[in-house]
Amino acid sequence: MENLIQFFILIPLIGFLASFFFANHNEKAISFISYSSLGLHLFCTLLFIIYWIIQGSPTLDSKHFVFYKEKNIEIFLDFYVDKTTAVFALLGSLITFLVVIFSKYYLHRDSGYKRFFNTILLFFFGYNIAVFSGNLETLFIGWEFLGITSFLLIAFYRDRYLPVKNALKTLSLYRLGDICLILALWMSHHLFHENITFLKLNNLNTILPLVQNHYGSYVFLICMIIISASIKSAQFPFSSWLPRAMEGPTTSSAVFYGALAVHLGLFLLLRTYPIWHTVLFAKILIIGMGLFTAIVCSLITKVQSTVKTQIAYASITQIGLIFVEIALGFHILALAHISGNALLRMYQLLVSPSVLGYMIHDQFFNFVPKKVKIKSSLVTKINNSVYLLSMKEWNMDSFLKKALWNPFKFFGNKFYFLSKKISLYILAIVFVVGLLLFYFDDHIPHEIDEKSHIAFAFVGVALILAAFVERKNALRAWSLIIISQLYSILSVALLNDEYEHTEILIYASGISLAAFIGVFTLRKLLKAEGNLEVNDFYGKIYTHPKLAFWFLIACLAFVSLPFTPSFIGIDLIFSHIEKEEYFLIFFTTINFLVLELTVLRIYARLFLGPSKKLTHPTANRSS
Amino acid sequence: MIKTEFNEAHLLHQLKHYLPTQTPLKDFIHHNSLHAFQNMKFYDAIFKASKIFGYQPTLPLDDFRELHKVGRIDEKIIDRIIREKKGIENAAFWKANILHKKYDEHNEHRIGKLRSNWKNIFQLDLDNIVQPFLFRILSSYLDQGISIWNFPYNDNGFLASVKELELNSFNSFFKTQKVKQLLFKKDISITSLLQILVGDESFFEQYIFDQQFGHRGWSGMVATVEDKPDTLLDTKIISLNDLIIFELLLEIDTLTVELGNKFKPLSNLINQAPLNLFSNIENTELQEVLKIWQNAFEWSYYDEMLAGIQQNISLKPLQKSTKSEKSFQALFCIDERECSFRTHLENLDKNAETFGCPGFFGVEFYFKAEHAKFYDKLCPAPVTPKYLIKEFDVSEKRKHDLFYTDKTHQIATGFLSAFTFGIWAGYRLIKNLFKPEMSPAISDAFAHMNEQGKLTIENKNISDIENGLQIGFTIEEMANRVQALFNGIGLINDFASIVYIVAHGSSSANNPHHGAHDCGACSGRPGSVNARVFAAMANHLMVRKILAERGLIIPKDTQFVGALHDTAADEIEYYDTEILNEKNAKAHIVHTQTFENALDLNAKERSRRFASINTKAGIKKVRKAIKDRSVSLFEPRPELGHGTNTLCIVGNREITKGVFLDRRSFLNSYNFETDIEGKFLTNVMAPLGIVCGGINLEYYFSRVDNYKLGAGTKLPHNVVGLFGVANSSDGDLRPGLPWQMIEVHDPLRLMLIVEHYPEIVLKAIQSSPAMYEWYINEWVHLVSINPNTKELFYFKEGKFIPYKTLAKEIHFYKDVHTLLENAREMKTNHISHATQENLPVYLYK
Repeated sequence: MENLIQFFILIPLIGFLASFFFANHNEKAISFISYSSLGLHLFCTLLFIIYWIIQGSPTLDSKHFVFYKEKNIEIFLDFYVDKTTAVFALLGSLITFLVVIFSKYYLHRDSGYKRFFNTILLFFFGYNIAVFSGNLETLFIGWEFLGITSFLLIAFYRDRYLPVKNALKTLSLYRLGDICLILALWMSHHLFHENITFLKLNNLNTILPLVQNHYGSYVFLICMIIISASIKSAQFPFSSWLPRAMEGPTTSSAVFYGALAVHLGLFLLLRTYPIWHTVLFAKILIIGMGLFTAIVCSLITKVQSTVKTQIAYASITQIGLIFVEIALGFHILALAHISGNALLRMYQLLVSPSVLGYMIHDQFFNFVPKKVKIKSSLVTKINNSVYLLSMKEWNMDSFLKKALWNPFKFFGNKFYFLSKKISLYILAIVFVVGLLLFYFDDHIPHEIDEKSHIAFAFVGVALILAAFVERKNALRAWSLIIISQLYSILSVALLNDEYEHTEILIYASGISLAAFIGVFTLRKLLKAEGNLEVNDFYGKIYTHPKLAFWFLIACLAFVSLPFTPSFIGIDLIFSHIEKEEYFLIFFTTINFLVLELTVLRIYARLFLGPSKKLTHPTANRSS
Repeated sequence: MIKTEFNEAHLLHQLKHYLPTQTPLKDFIHHNSLHAFQNMKFYDAIFKASKIFGYQPTLPLDDFRELHKVGRIDEKIIDRIIREKKGIENAAFWKANILHKKYDEHNEHRIGKLRSNWKNIFQLDLDNIVQPFLFRILSSYLDQGISIWNFPYNDNGFLASVKELELNSFNSFFKTQKVKQLLFKKDISITSLLQILVGDESFFEQYIFDQQFGHRGWSGMVATVEDKPDTLLDTKIISLNDLIIFELLLEIDTLTVELGNKFKPLSNLINQAPLNLFSNIENTELQEVLKIWQNAFEWSYYDEMLAGIQQNISLKPLQKSTKSEKSFQALFCIDERECSFRTHLENLDKNAETFGCPGFFGVEFYFKAEHAKFYDKLCPAPVTPKYLIKEFDVSEKRKHDLFYTDKTHQIATGFLSAFTFGIWAGYRLIKNLFKPEMSPAISDAFAHMNEQGKLTIENKNISDIENGLQIGFTIEEMANRVQALFNGIGLINDFASIVYIVAHGSSSANNPHHGAHDCGACSGRPGSVNARVFAAMANHLMVRKILAERGLIIPKDTQFVGALHDTAADEIEYYDTEILNEKNAKAHIVHTQTFENALDLNAKERSRRFASINTKAGIKKVRKAIKDRSVSLFEPRPELGHGTNTLCIVGNREITKGVFLDRRSFLNSYNFETDIEGKFLTNVMAPLGIVCGGINLEYYFSRVDNYKLGAGTKLPHNVVGLFGVANSSDGDLRPGLPWQMIEVHDPLRLMLIVEHYPEIVLKAIQSSPAMYEWYINEWVHLVSINPNTKELFYFKEGKFIPYKTLAKEIHFYKDVHTLLENAREMKTNHISHATQENLPVYLYK
């Protein structure tokens, strides 16, 4: 039975690959592939679950594919089925199937018809990896696909400013969530000394001694999981991305932000329940966060005057409650609540355009002018203050901007001098020295290694931050990113004698190809356009769709989306950082966080947004 | 630029003139998107608007060239236009230009140039910070019923409410104390704030234009609501002045935070002269080329069509068909969507006769449905009626849809909803996907008025007044209206025993723009009440008596029946049929079948443009599919509205009978024989410019620039406050038509064809400057057909000049089924593909 699981991953993947072979106007073929693969998936899921229930709903676990193996590191795909999987799989399959049928007509003659179905299938592929995952690595792979498909669907109307801006906004938060998950992975490697499966987590004997002996590390692990889950599920203070993510076609908003993607944070909590349920602190944190979110977001819901944002906040409110349910251990209730909420919000989003006709008609017959109740001035004042605060979404958006992104900008500007030619020469020389250090490792005192690696990691971060704020020349930013990655690898290599050539090669293989394609496409673009400014969104995809495609592929490879070997490389890098190496883990983490933001920002700024060529109709910025 | 003193009132007036005037979406009234430029010649206007605001004025050059390549633009027409415009000696030069020369089409528009300096100098994106918050406040203030917690104050206008909230709250709209103080300053004004923000007075006007056109959707909405507060059911007081002051405050606030307390005004920071946005523009060769192309694009169709019509007239015997017994007559709206329906009816019953007139049938009034709290205006938008028609005796209860309760959005009830509505939602979606049907959440044209209810049509006591409106019409008033309509369409004798008065409306699901599909002559609503009221008037014995005295004799046996045609579902409903006498009742049953058969054919004709329907399938199956799409949630094109409209023909039905017009023509019946001097013609033509021209130009501009003048694709639209749509949460309102409505449309100006002597037509259009403007400024083409000689005259620069069609192959068809089934389907919605869906003019053989 375990062996059947892989087909649930393969069906959407095959669909995705197959749908690539048809031209955009061949709508029949594209939609046929989509709904038939989804239909097949739904049918198989149903059969599988029925069979599974008849079998007495056993917990299934199977180790599928080992990517990499050495003495104490093993990276493998692992699949797992229990009632949580069953609910999420069935719900996902049903909702995606329905929405694909809906979209078949809804998207008719959209210039992005093919792109839409491609992306939905890729999303569904990632979703299935996530919900069938048996360990954090596998979950992470699914998570990454969700992030990138989210980005692509929010920026679906890429010739307008707001979708692109909001896609980047969502992506940066998602990325923060991903990084937390990587850190959780990293810590779990060190705590469990293996790539632990969810199955093994169920055994209290593995957990309890760890909680006692490594309380600090353990709390770190839990915090990372909670942050990651609350970002994905838009909990306070990460809520403001959700209403802004409703930029794509209504149907994709329904699937992603009404129904499936936004409930995946809950999935993560349910999956990792064994890790945190024995820790009181975690429970209090989750309940507190859930309750607070529910209250705050229900207030924000009340003041929303647009349909989709209202649905978004209403959904977050319920998800807050589900956080509480999960922490209290009412998992069946939580699963039922998830299913109900997902279906309801999906439906509400799909019919959201009807609201105008229905409500106006209703008002026509039932309108009663609102009476202002006279209350004491203090109550009024408090009410008004809450009203105004809710209008400002409790300042979440500006808080995140200030707390999370402004520091990067600030330090980026401080390190910007690194992008000067002379600095780059010096950096190159330093790098060679570093390489020598690495090669003659045995002849060099350990202390030098110890200190130099932090210096190298630091330079890596400084470089990536400089790339982050580079606005004049995309090619220069791209080069800074490449050098930063070299430094980053070297820093880990210097420190850790076990980090060997093969591992470096695995990481570098994907990255270097990506770097090369990136340089190539950028140079071609430079030749055609004369400059590569990234000070605004330039929408060059209008004139250079092919370059845009290849540059996107390069970007995705660069951020180690799980289709290049670099993905394993990242995992290996982190495995080689010991848990006491705070500086190194800090710098490396920042590096990976900023890397994705920088790379995709370059892509977005160069290729997306309203075209600057005013030779054809372009969108107003505010539209 | 002449330095003038800054004048706030003048500025606000100017702004309102140029901002979009689209009202809240519940009433969709088509109008010329560039109405502000209508006092100029068409081409001067569009190129000027383009230079100022960055609109795309025509199709891009490449698209025209592509249209030429695929044969849609005729070579001979191009040559003729070049010859006429540029002279034979320059023909080769211009021909080469239009076909091959490379032009820089980059359009550096004037708007936005000043305000962009904030970003250029400080890397500060003011709009990014100010706009989302501003829009949210505006939409909460104007909100009609989405939010659960409303803006706390709204009695004394927008700015006063903001002040009141600010005063009675522990927190603030603003981040800085300085701006808070500014808000409460007594002499706060646009000028005083601009002095802080911009400094030099000569930049003020430009700055405000930049700012307000940065979100023309919202500014337009505010300006519209200011002037017509009753376009919102829950009325709100707001003014453009308030909006600008509040926005300026937010800008000063942001700048203070970002640049420090003592930031310098903009004019001190820049080194550029103020720009007069409206100064004359330079004429370019590219403009000339585009003009030639646009004319060639238009005349390639017009010429063929005119040749077809001329041929059609000449093929017919000169005398009118012998006066055989008429089986029935039917009056329709002039709407081009009824053009095909009428043709099919006439083909199915050779003794039937149809007429066209504006779909409010000359009766203008407000309508109050039973239990309604508001009135619906049922006549063309510019008319202000003095009458009220009330509905009573409605027994049927209105149905509700529980899914639209705000309870699902609240914390506790939302919890319960997840377990109840959640599962139900899944079931409902499955049902609508596989078996769509009508539900309370779908806009239903037939629900506008209750079929069983009664109406207060006759006024028996002139003191019967409600809110200043007279309830019902007096006999005299009825007679005047009935007479005027019949005179206009030339129906003054030969009445059949049943005359149907067929209004139209449109049902659609999940469609915020549903109003745009209803009857334009009824202010974007179904015309059912008008049809019913008119029929009742014409049936009234006292009315007939007066009419007979005036010489209009309606036979005793003739009865009028009101009806409503749903142009999306292709369904029809008849009203008050119980009044029919026995003979007519029997005949009505037969005619009902004729109507049904015509609707089948109409559905089939429409289906060829819908990719999801197989036109070759059985005709009942096609009809069912057409009906289904009007109630399908997933269908963004329940019907195509006025897409492809390009003609308006005023004259005898005989001139178009037998011509396959592909649903592209407004048809207004008019008989020159009964109006040799053109007394009625002025009235007939008066509304055509503003109604048909307005529709046509809104489609034109939404088609050529769907980004700025249209609403963009419907798919991401988010309903704001029940009065507009925006993209996502932070976007500007999007006036104009969505992409799904205009993709089939060829952007051609309307051609109005009048069957009367040129001098009479000229007299008619010159009777009012507002009417004349449409034609003299070339926003609408005008042709007269001399009823005697059948010669064509084209109106150009104030004169009618003879027009000779170029020799053409005329297409003939024998079987309408074959014609429809073999029509091409567009490959993509690019204009060069989309236009190929249109069929040329065919004559019935």
